[in-house]
Parts: sequence; C-alpha cells; structure tokens
Amino acid sequence: MKSFDYVRPASIGEAIAAARAPGAAYLAAGTNLLDLMKGGVSRPDRLVDVTHLPGLDTIEKLPDGGLRIGALVRNADLAHDAAFAKAYPAVAEALLSGASAQLRNAATVGGNLLQRTRCAYFYDVASACNKRAPGSGCDARGGDNDMHAVLGWSDGCIATHPSDFCVPLVALDAMVEIEGNGGRRQVRLEDLHRLPGATPQQETVLEAGDLIVALNLSAEACNFASHARYLKVRERTSYAFAIVSAAAHLSLANGRIEQARVALGGVAAKPWRAREAEALLAGAEATAQNFRRAAEAALAGAKPSGDNAFKIELAQRILVRALALASAGTPERIPALPASPFSIHSGALHDA
Amino acid sequence: MTPDIRLNQAPAHQRHGSNIGQPLTRRDGILKVTGKAPYAADHHPKGMLYAVLATSSIARGRVTFLDIAAAKRHPGVVDVMTPSHKPALAEDQDAKTNPFMFKMELLQSDAVRYANQAIAVVIAETLEAATEGAALLAPQYQALPARVGLDADESFVPPAVGLGHPAIVEHGDTEAGLANATYAIDATYETPAQYHNPMEPHAIIAEWDGDKLSIDTPSQGMAMAQMRIGGLFGIPPENIHIRSPFLGGGFGSKGLISGPQILGIMAARLVGRPVKLVLRRDQMYGPVGHRSPSRQRLRLGTDAAGRLTAIEHQARIVTSTFDDFYEPAADVSHTLFASPAIRTAHEAVRIDSGTPLFMRAPGEATGSIALDAAIDEMAFASGVDPLEFRISNDAPVEPITGKPFSSKALRECYAQGAARFGWAGRPLKPRQMRDDKGFLVGWGMGTATFPALMFAGNARALLRADGTGAMETGAHDMGQGASTALAQVAAEGLGLDLDRVEFKSGSSDLPDAGIAGGSAHTATVGTAIHNAGAAVIAKLADLAMRDERSPLFGAGNAGVVARNGRLHRRDDDARSEAYADILTRAGLAEIEASGTGAADPAAQAEYAMHAHGAVFAEVKVDPDLGQIRVTRMIGAFAAGRIVNPKLVRSQLLGGMIWGVSFALHEQAVTDGRSGRIMNANLAEYHVPVNADVPSMDVLTVHEHDPHVNALGIKGVGEIGITGSAGAVANAVWHATGVRPRRFPIRISDLVTAR
Repeated sequence: MKSFDYVRPASIGEAIAAARAPGAAYLAAGTNLLDLMKGGVSRPDRLVDVTHLPGLDTIEKLPDGGLRIGALVRNADLAHDAAFAKAYPAVAEALLSGASAQLRNAATVGGNLLQRTRCAYFYDVASACNKRAPGSGCDARGGDNDMHAVLGWSDGCIATHPSDFCVPLVALDAMVEIEGNGGRRQVRLEDLHRLPGATPQQETVLEAGDLIVALNLSAEACNFASHARYLKVRERTSYAFAIVSAAAHLSLANGRIEQARVALGGVAAKPWRAREAEALLAGAEATAQNFRRAAEAALAGAKPSGDNAFKIELAQRILVRALALASAGTPERIPALPASPFSIHSGALHDA
Repeated sequence: MTPDIRLNQAPAHQRHGSNIGQPLTRRDGILKVTGKAPYAADHHPKGMLYAVLATSSIARGRVTFLDIAAAKRHPGVVDVMTPSHKPALAEDQDAKTNPFMFKMELLQSDAVRYANQAIAVVIAETLEAATEGAALLAPQYQALPARVGLDADESFVPPAVGLGHPAIVEHGDTEAGLANATYAIDATYETPAQYHNPMEPHAIIAEWDGDKLSIDTPSQGMAMAQMRIGGLFGIPPENIHIRSPFLGGGFGSKGLISGPQILGIMAARLVGRPVKLVLRRDQMYGPVGHRSPSRQRLRLGTDAAGRLTAIEHQARIVTSTFDDFYEPAADVSHTLFASPAIRTAHEAVRIDSGTPLFMRAPGEATGSIALDAAIDEMAFASGVDPLEFRISNDAPVEPITGKPFSSKALRECYAQGAARFGWAGRPLKPRQMRDDKGFLVGWGMGTATFPALMFAGNARALLRADGTGAMETGAHDMGQGASTALAQVAAEGLGLDLDRVEFKSGSSDLPDAGIAGGSAHTATVGTAIHNAGAAVIAKLADLAMRDERSPLFGAGNAGVVARNGRLHRRDDDARSEAYADILTRAGLAEIEASGTGAADPAAQAEYAMHAHGAVFAEVKVDPDLGQIRVTRMIGAFAAGRIVNPKLVRSQLLGGMIWGVSFALHEQAVTDGRSGRIMNANLAEYHVPVNADVPSMDVLTVHEHDPHVNALGIKGVGEIGITGSAGAVANAVWHATGVRPRRFPIRISDLVTAR
C-alpha cells in the first residue's frame, strides 16, 4: 500500500489545519475511503482521522425544535434514535435501507454526505474517468451504464450519487454545518453537491480543509412526519444500491396537499430535489392522477445517458408509489424491509 | 476362506448417533464459528514473505514495460518475479497431457490472454509492501482489441463438451418431430458468465526444503495437484505434502490447482523462503475458472395430447483463446423427458477471457434453467399444467440410450413437492394471482437432475488393540461437512461408535481419495471407506476364527457380524468377542487394510444413473416497479441413500439458493471494449442476501438404489441448483406474463416489457 501520513488531531482547528495541505483527506469510518485507497482510486498523502474529535457524535435538540446531528453520529445510531425517527421517519427509513447492518454500524453521517459514486469506471483505475482523472474522458459512456444518470449529467460524466440518506434530507431542506478556514458556515444540502458540468472532479462546494461538523434539520421539516416515505428499487432485497429511489413528504389537510417535499435518488450526480413536482402537488388533491402528473414533471428534463431509458419511467413510477404511500400515512414503525416496495405496512410482510 | 462380513443393516442394529442416516451436526462446526479452524491463509511459517500478483488491465496484447526498479525500491520489497526472472519449470506450462489438465498463466511470456491475468509477482516482507510494489510496476502494454461476448467471433463446433462428451447428439428426427407437432415453441435464452466467489479465496503458503515442497492450500483434489506440481517442478509427487483440512468453499474452483497457486510456489522457489499468496477478491475473476456464458435456443414440439414429439437444444458457449473447456449446457436435455427425437448441439466462440471451467453443476445448471423455461413454455402452449406436462413426458428409461434407470423416484418428488407446496389449483395463465396487497403472485417449477458419478478413491482402515479404530483417506471437506459424513460411513464400516474412530483426511500423505467434484465424493470415498472397513474386519475375523481360544473359533461359513466394537457369530449372537481382546491375544497393536471405491463398469453399462428432484417456487412481483421477491420454495429430491440428513439438507438448500441467484442476481459484467470485468467485487457482483432467501424447505424422497454403489449413495452437491433456477424464472413469468429471455432477470426487463 502507498505510504501516507496519519494524523489524529485533538481539535477541529487542528484537523482543519492538517487537512488543508494538498493530498490530505479526512478519515471517518472509512467505509468508502479505505476501499478507494485499496483499489488505488484515492491515493491520499495524509489521512486526518476525525473520529476522535470531541463533541461531534451527539444529536441535540435545537431551540426551534429541530435537530442538530453531529457529523460523527453513526448511521445506525441515528436511524434508531427514537426522537429522530419520529420526527424524520423517511430519513430513518432511508438510512436503514442503505448498505448492510455492519456498514451502517460504522458509517458516519458526515461521511455519508460525501459518499462517492458507485460508477464502475470511476473505481476501475484503468478506465478513463473525468472524475478520477480530469480530462481523461468517460468510459461509462458507451460502456455498461444502465445504472447511470438520467438527470443533470454532462458529456463529461454520467455518474450518480449513491446515497439513500441524502435523498429525504435534501427534500427536507437539511443544512450542512461546515467549519473551514473562514470559520463556521451553513450550506443547504441541496447546494452541497454539484452537477458534473465540465468539472466532474469537483463534487461538492467544499474547499480544502473544510470539515462537515453537523447536519441540521428544522422544526418545520417535522411537519411532514405523519406523511413521509422513502422507497427504493434495487436488484436484490438488501445490500444493493438503488436503481432509483424516491423520498416523498406531504402535509395534508382535508384530502388536499398543502405542501410537498420530494426528491429522487440514483438519477443524478446529486440527490435530486424535484421542485417542479412539489409545485404541482401544492394545493392539489392527493390522487393517483396528480401524483403521476407530478412525477412526469419531476422527470420532464430527463434523458438517457446510455442504456438506461427505463430509469426515466421507473423513476416516475417509484415517485408515484412513494407519494401514494406517503399520503396513506407514515407507518407506525419502520418496516422490517426498510424502503422496500414490499413494505406497505408497518412491520408487515417481512416474508411477503 | 473369506468370511461373510456383511454389516447388518437391520434397524435393530443401527447405533444411534454414529451410523449412516443420522443427522449429526458437523464435527468442525464449533471450530469454524469460533475461528479456530486453521484455513490455509492462517498459517505463518517462520521467515515467511508475502507475494502479491500484478495483473493485466488489458484483455489481449502484450506487456511492454514494467517498472521493476520502482517496485524494488519500495521498502520491504524483496523481489519481483517476471517472465524473465523466475525459476525454471520442468514442463511446458501450456502442455496438455491429460484431459483434466488446463493451461495456466505462469509468466511464460509477455503475452496477455485475458484481463486480470498475472503479469508479475511482487514478493515482500509485508502484504502492504507487496501490494504497493505491484501498483508501482505501472505496466505498459501493446493492446489489441478485446474479443468478448457470445458474438465475438465465428463459432465452431467444439471437439467435445464437458469431459469428452460429443458436441452434437442426434436421436430420432427432430425436424420431422417439429414439423408434425401440433404445438411448438422456439425460444432463446441467455445466461451470463458467473465467477467463483467462495468465502475463502485461493490461498497458498509454500515452503521448499531442497526438492521437497510443503504447502497449505485449499484443494478439492490433492493427489491431482501433487501430480501437476510435480510435473511442473520436476519433482516426484510424493515429495509434495499438501495440507488442506478446511476449505472455505470450493464449488469446482479448487478442483484443479490454479495458476496463482503455482505462482506462489514459484515465488517461494525464487526467494528461498516460505511465501504466502492470497488472491484478492477481484483477482478471482479470471485465473481460477468460471461458468461460461451461454445463448441457448430450444425448439420443442408436442402432439395434440401434449406429448413431446421433439426436443432440440442448441447452446452457444465460450472458451478462451488458448484452451478448451466447453460447458455442456445442452446435455441436460438427454435424460429427463421422453421424446422420440432429441437433438443437442453445442457451438463455441473463443474470447479473450480466462478459460471457463467447472462451476457447481457445470452444464446442468446452465442448461437446466433454459430447459425448464422451455418446458414451461411448451406446457403452456399445449394448454397443460407444467407439473402434469412434466409427469406425462417423464422418461421411463433414459431416452437416448434406452437404458433403465438404476433408480428414479422423480414422480414421487413431483408428488411430494407439489403436495407440500400446494400446487393444485394453479391457474394455467399468467398474471392471474395477486396477494391482498396487490402484488403479482406466480408459481413456477423446475425439474432437478444430476448424474450419479463415481471417481476412484482409496481409504485405509485400522483397528487397534485399545479397541479404537481409525480411517485414513485423503478426502476433502469443502465446507459441506464431508469429514462428518465420511466419518459416519467409517464408524459404520468399522462397527464402532463414532467417538471410537479417529477419522483423518485433508492431507496428501493419506491414501489418494481422488477429487471432491461431480457430486461424487461421498459415493466414491464412502465406498472406499466401506470396503476398507470390511477388509480390516475380515482380517480381524480371520484372526479370531482361527484362534481356538476365541468364542468365534470355527464360525466358518456362518460368518461374523461386526457391531459395537465386537464380532458376533452370525449363527449365535451370544457368542462374541471384543476387537481389543482379539488383537491383544494375537499380540498385535493394530491391524490395517485398504479399500477402494470406483464405479462398477458392468452396472454403468446396464443402467442410467442420475439423481432427480422437483422444485416449486412462488414469487411476488411489484406490478409497477418490477421488484421481484421469491417468497416460497420447496425442493423434493431423490438422491439415493442419505448419509447425513442434516448436511444433505444444507447442501440442497445451498444449491436452491444458488438457483435463486442464477435466476435473479448473479452475473459478471464485462466491458465490451476493454474486456475487463467491471463488477469484480461482492458489492456489485450480486449473490442473494438473507432478505432474498425465502421460506424454503427441502424434502428428501426415499430412494433405494442397489446399483450405483455398495452404499446406494448418489450425491447431492450440485443438484440443488438445477430445477431451482428454472422454477424461479417460471414463477416470474406466471406472475407477470413476461417470459425471461436473459438471466439474471432484471428489473429493467419487467419495466420495459409493459
């Protein structure tokens, strides 16, 4: 393995100073980074291990009633936090639908926001990949690409963001708290990830040394708790990345939708907020027809980037389903098969 | 005179807990789950170095440059083995002197024959240094366009398929059968390349001492490995000691010693120190064999009553550009269904991949998913329920040879499986059933089949003056529990309780037990053990019967029976003597005898020998999203005598899960331009996870087979995949009305079909 420095800063300030150097990378659980290093995809000169930084592993109630989630909170701990799961059930469901139990026990909130794409051509160092080696080209185009993007892609990159967690978060206007050279700032999660354009290597708006320290969810976002679902279609029932996924949040009054918060996963280089769909749904009746119209609007700008035209139709169908399930009400408990289309009712159908 | 030492099989004489037929828990289970079973890679001899392969990223061409200096400069790197710097071998690596010999990539030249081929080996003080050394080689290539896929080249008719079977078999007139058929179908199916993913990757620790070689490595065939290694290094096979007590799965990939294992031995030779080489998961995709992809066309016809008039099964498979192995995918159509005309034909294409080799049920698994799907289509076209269709077309004798079956309880499998599943009342048409949540429900079935093979194996039995016994055989436990099942056979053969028998296996200094493959190991080695036990009991009986101080003196033609560590006179059960007393009086510390197990050519000439089964599956499918879930599976199998029902159940369940995998999950994705496999990892190369494994049950159907071997064992290692894959595929059709044409069935296939 390539030699690298390993530093374990005692404070956030020390961490930022250590990570500012070129070639430095933050290490949290390493569930993604260490694989990338073993494969030679990432070759950092310095790992800045943030797992021992104090104060980043707590879930706190904010004065406005929202939650502040430390960047080092483990995915499994967050999903199983009763107050969190009650307030943001679709986020908890998304967390539990991702990866495997072992990975969720290790992976951190901050790390998950920065999860890299699963594009095989990004992982295969012998392939051309503008994200890994800017200017080298994109072998995913014309290659095996049925899992690739249908929204927001560019000629230079058709990779998708693979996170489940980020999909409901982006719908709920989650804010990312970042500490960097200029002090602390907040960025909307929706603005954290960038579309590839001509610079697919620039995946986020983070600057050198920037450290995600927390994720904030507002009290307003709790208003959708009674009508929230995350749904994911994949080629096996667990431990598989989404072909497409959808987060649907509704606030309902007398059968009409007051507000909707909708996002799609597996369709673009970032978790895809579907504002067109939200606009159509606001004030509309919660009917299958309206869900379909919203879904069509969400995918109106979609086009296949390869052998993946089916994803456009599938994304619409999953959004329709997610909206229907959300309008029917959040299950009392997170289903035994989180986010599975087979999990219609709470805890039911484990063997269905 | 040879006394009658036939062991008493009457129920009254079955000793609980030790004999054949008892559901014993595997003896090494606790060791394994507590991490105390030493697998090959757990060994660390003193002074050991680590070897890591550098592998090719091109599929065809040659290596023009390796930065050996950079690798050697890296701290800890000891040496870099390359085509120009390697120990001399005594034999041409590309020679083929027997049909079980396949070519290996042993750095014989700078040529690259497939992606992931070894092009150098870096040897270092640590695994990390060797890994970085391999990266620092930064190879440069002269690449030629990769030829991959089933249409990469002109096809040809292979000289033979499998191990020496004819590529084309014609029986009757299929064209006439099809022309005269009332109903006919013509369907094409594709199956993908599948790669070996045992939990334990191939690993070797090699240590030389002069011209003696000691290795720890997982092996399904130690004696063959000794021969191969001996030939390559120019040393007598007996100079090679292989220890292989535990395998973390084999599935055929460890049947023949592979190139990377030989490279580990070469590396140890080169540096003069013990060397460990373990394949990384991604390095399993190329040099250790895999299942060929296939395109299979089936043309079937029936008369008005739904009786088959013709079966034509054509299969296109691939082999490598440099060697010949042809997955006998179509041959599965030879044995199951009666038809006046059967034609099977294989054609092959050479591609730039590693040579496809044996993977659990090679041919049978690949072929049966297509045959089961085609039978299902044919039944539907004839307007007949698929179970009824299979029963009415069931072959009473082996169709092409006309031989009677040595035993065939397939109809009982159909009946018992269908009853347990609740098949009755299944609508003929697809897309008729929904559950209360609105999911589409489908029921499908398949027919399982696998030949009952025997190879050759040996065992040595000992009886000791302390009243204990031992059975020694170089058998292989791939993880399926062979050492437990064979110990049961040994206890039975020696007439001792299991805890009085020392069972030794998994080492090449024991009698050659052949190969653990072809689902034949228990039958072959079990027979050898049975015969060795009988022979040593015969020696013991001879000692007793010739000794006038023994109560057995003069038993003569009446003979003796061995039971619970004593010999009893057959004509007077009260007259008996303990083994220990017989040996002690004779002044013998121990006696030994050997036994062999092999097929009986006369029986094989007379009978067709196969195991059979019927598999029933229920799937649910989301009507909009195409998400599939197998919800129930029942497999009913008839495989002769069941040595250990618990282990057999596990074997069959494991096979059925592989069937689910075949239908829904598993495939290697090769980039058509580079020839590289793009999903060589267990995150993206899908196999079923727990949530994909449904409520599943196995029935073993009683089957007495007096012909296959003395013990009546047929083997259960591979049959579970067959039938299961097709049952799932047919259930998906029944749920959705969409006929799967390629496997695994993808969500995109179902979404776009609507």
